[in-house]
Amino acid sequence: MLKIVGYPDRYSVAPGEEIAFKISLEEGDRFEARLVRVVNGDCNPAGPGLKFPHIPTGIDGSHAGRPQRIDAGSYMVSEGLPPVAGRTFTFLGFVWPTLPKRGEQVIAAQWDAATQAGFTIGIGDMGRLSLTVGDGAGGLETVRVDHPMLERQWYQLAATFDPASGEVTLDQRPLVPFAVIRDHGQFRGRVRVAARAVDVPFFLAGKPEADGTMGHHFDGKIDGPILLSGLRTHADHDALLAGTAPRDVRNAVLAHWDFSREIESVQAVDIGPHRRHGRLMQMPARGMKGHNWTGEEHAWPNKPEHYGAVHFHHDDIYDAGWETSVSLTIPEDLKSGAYALHARAGDSDETATRETYIPFFVRPPRDKAKRGKRPPVLVLAPTMSYLSYCNHAEHITARGAERQMGRLLTFGHADLYMYDHPELGGSQYDTHADGSGVCYSSRLRPNLNFSPRYHSWLGGPGSALYQYNADTHLFDWLDHKGVDYDLITDEDLHEEGYDLLADYRVVITGTHPEYHSTAMWDGMKAWIDRGGRLMYMGGNGWYWRIGFHKTEPGVIEVRRAEDGIRTWAAEPGEYYQSFNGEFGGLWRRIGRAPNVMAGVGFIAQGFDISTYYRRAPDADNPRAAFIFKDVPDEIIGDFGLVGGGAAGIELDCITPNLGGPPNMLRLASSDGHSAMMMLVNEEFGVVPPNLGGDQNERVHADLAFGETPSGGALFATSSIAWCGSLLHNDYDNNVSRITWNVLERFLDETPFA
Amino acid sequence: MVYKIDPDKDRHYIEEFRQKPIGAHSPGLQRLLNTMRHDPSGKQVVLVCKRPFEEWVLGMMPVDRREPIAIEDGPVFTDIEEAEWEVFRRRWRLLTGESINRPLRD
Ligand SMILES: [Fe+2]
Repeated sequence: MLKIVGYPDRYSVAPGEEIAFKISLEEGDRFEARLVRVVNGDCNPAGPGLKFPHIPTGIDGSHAGRPQRIDAGSYMVSEGLPPVAGRTFTFLGFVWPTLPKRGEQVIAAQWDAATQAGFTIGIGDMGRLSLTVGDGAGGLETVRVDHPMLERQWYQLAATFDPASGEVTLDQRPLVPFAVIRDHGQFRGRVRVAARAVDVPFFLAGKPEADGTMGHHFDGKIDGPILLSGLRTHADHDALLAGTAPRDVRNAVLAHWDFSREIESVQAVDIGPHRRHGRLMQMPARGMKGHNWTGEEHAWPNKPEHYGAVHFHHDDIYDAGWETSVSLTIPEDLKSGAYALHARAGDSDETATRETYIPFFVRPPRDKAKRGKRPPVLVLAPTMSYLSYCNHAEHITARGAERQMGRLLTFGHADLYMYDHPELGGSQYDTHADGSGVCYSSRLRPNLNFSPRYHSWLGGPGSALYQYNADTHLFDWLDHKGVDYDLITDEDLHEEGYDLLADYRVVITGTHPEYHSTAMWDGMKAWIDRGGRLMYMGGNGWYWRIGFHKTEPGVIEVRRAEDGIRTWAAEPGEYYQSFNGEFGGLWRRIGRAPNVMAGVGFIAQGFDISTYYRRAPDADNPRAAFIFKDVPDEIIGDFGLVGGGAAGIELDCITPNLGGPPNMLRLASSDGHSAMMMLVNEEFGVVPPNLGGDQNERVHADLAFGETPSGGALFATSSIAWCGSLLHNDYDNNVSRITWNVLERFLDETPFA
Repeated sequence: MVYKIDPDKDRHYIEEFRQKPIGAHSPGLQRLLNTMRHDPSGKQVVLVCKRPFEEWVLGMMPVDRREPIAIEDGPVFTDIEEAEWEVFRRRWRLLTGESINRPLRD
C-alpha cells in the first residue's frame, strides 16, 4: 500500500519555470523531498538497477504534508438563481439513467448542506423519480413515483412543487414503452415538511454534502433541463424545446440549460433570458446523443440539437485540486531530460511503500533566443500515451485479463492502492462504474503507473515494464552511450508543432507512442517530410487520435470509434470528439495509418512472452549496410528484460497499401511467437481461425528502414519490447549495436538517398 | 460447445505446463488454460508482490471492489512460476477433484 502519493501541476517544464507538486501523506505530517534525474526506474536485479542521480536544489530537505483527498463525480453548478422553492416551481428534463439501482442520486438540487434545507429531485429506491425537501430544522421528507426507471432508457421528467400547500407531482414518462414493463412512474400528493427556500447555487447531477464534498452524483445522461416558475407539464417542455411555447410559458423560465450549445466548452449555456449559465465540473462527457437522436447525423457539429445530452458519472475526475506541497524553480542550467521529485515519508516494508517518485520532464527553454546551441537529437516523451493509460485498472475491473495476459496478474503496492481508490479515476482503457467508456483523461490527479519503479501487470515477464518505466531503459541506454539530447513531451509538440522539431536532426520516440492529436501528427509529419530522421523505438505508435480541450489544461479525449483494439467501444453516433469536433478513433480510419508516419503499423499484440528477430534478406541490401555494422548475427534480440526478448507486447510490420513508403526495407522479422500473440482486429474483416502467432504468418514485427525523398529516413523497431533488450550484457548486444549504428548514421548530416 | 475439462484426456498437459508455465503452449494446453482461467464466480486470483523480484503471495480479488482483496499469508513464492504452478494445481483440483502432488521443480 502506498503511504505517499502525488502529482505535478505539469508534465513538462522549461528552465526558469516553476513546477508544483501536490502530495498526499497517509501517515505523518512531514516528508523529505529532493530532485533526481531519472536514468533507470527498473529495480530488476537482472538489469543494471535503479539510477536516480540526485540534483541538489533548494527543495532538498523536509516539508510539511497532510492527507489530501479526491472528490470525484461530475456535476453542473449554476450561480445566481433565486431561492427557487420560495414559490411554486417545475423542473422539466430528460434523463437516461445508467446505474438506476445504485442508490440515491440527485438530478437537480438547490440544497444547503449545513442546514439540510432546500429541495432535491433525483432517483432512488431502485431508480424511482423522487423529490426530497428539507426545512433546515431537521425535517426531511422524500416522495417517489410508483415504478422504477429502466437502465439506459430515456425518460421525460416533470416535477412540480407548491411550497404553500406542499403539493407535489412527479411524472417519469418513458419515451419508448415496452409491453409488460411498468416504468411510467407517477406521484401526486403532499409533503408535510416545509421546504425552506435557500439562497445557494443550483446543481445538476449532485449536491453539496455536509463534509464539503459534492455527493449523491447521478450516473447517466441529462438532456434539456429547464427550471420554471408555476406548474408546468411535459407538453410545455416539448414546446420550449421546439421553440413553440406560448409566451406565458416562456416568461416562466427561470433557467433553460441547452447542452447542445458550446459543446467544446465546460459551459452549460442558459438560453433563457436570465443567462444563468452553469459550469460543468469534473468533466462529464459532452457531444453525447440526446433523447432525440435519430441517426440521420453522426457528427455533432453538423446537428448539435441532436447532441443535447451530458453524460455524468459519479467517478468522473478532472482536477483533484490538491494544494501544493512543494514547488521547484527549474535551474537555468538543468539539462533537458527525465526528472522526478523523490518524496519520502519513512522506510518502506512489505506492506507499505513510503516513498514516491513523481516524474516530469525538463524541456529546452521556451524562448528560442535563450536556447543557444542545442544537441541534434530530440527524445519525444510520449506523455499523452502515459496520460491515456493513467491509472490503467483493467487488472482490477476487467475479468479475463489473466487469460489475455497468459499469466497471473501481478499487484504491487501501487495496484493495491489503486484498487482501494477508484476516485483516482480510470484510464482511457477503463470503463466508468456504469459501463460507459472513460473518454477523458486528465493529468491533474495522481498517475500511479506513470512512475519509475512501477512494475506493470501488462509489461511482460521479467522486469514487467510498460510505458513510462519501460522508457527508462531507453533513458539509461542514452545515458550510458553518452548521447547528448534534448527532450520534449507530446504536449509540447501539440502546442508548438513543427517549429519545435525543426532544429533537430533526429527524433527518438518512446516504446509506445500511441496517442496523437492532429497538431502532433501534422508537426511530426512536416518534420519528416523536410528531412527529419525518425527513430521509432517501439510499437503500436500513431494509433489513436486524441483531442485537447480548448480552455481546460491537461486533459485529453479519445473516442474508441469503429475499429482497433478497444477495451470499450464508443456508442454509435458518438464518434466525434467533444473537445474539438474532430472525428475520433484510429488514425488509420481517418486515412492516416501509422505506416504513413513510420513506414510500419500495428499488426499484433500479446503479453505472455517476447521473442526474437530473424535476419531478413533486406539486411544484406547495401542501403542497410550501416545498420548491420558488426552485427553478423542471424538471430537478433533473443534476450531482454521485457518478456525475455526484443520482439513482444505490441508489434508493427510493413503492410503494403496503407499509405506507407514503398521503399521500406524489411531488415529482420520476429519469429517464435506463441498463440497469445494475436492479430489485431483492424487487420481482418472476417475473423480468421488462426489469430495467434503460432499459426498466422502475418503476426510478426518487422525491423524496418527507409529513406525519405528529402534526405531523411525512418527506422522502426516495431516492437514495444525492443528497448528492454538494449541494456543486456552491459549494453553490449546486437539490439544495442543496431540502435547505435542507426543513431550514428542518422546524426551524420549526409543526406539519405 | 465450450470445452469441458476431461482429466483423462487433459492429464498429460499437466507436465507440459509444469515444464513451462509461462510461454508458448500446445493448442491443447492453451485450451485447458483458457478454460481454467475463467472463474464464473467473478472472483479473480491475483499475485501480490511483497518484495519486488523476491517475494509474492496469492490474493483473491472479490466480485465487488468495495470488498478488500483477500491476501494470503502463505505460501510465499520466491519465483513467479512457482505461483503459476500453485494456481494451476488448485484449479485442477477444483475442476477435476484430483490433487497434483508434484513440485514445480524436482
Ligand atoms: Fe497501447
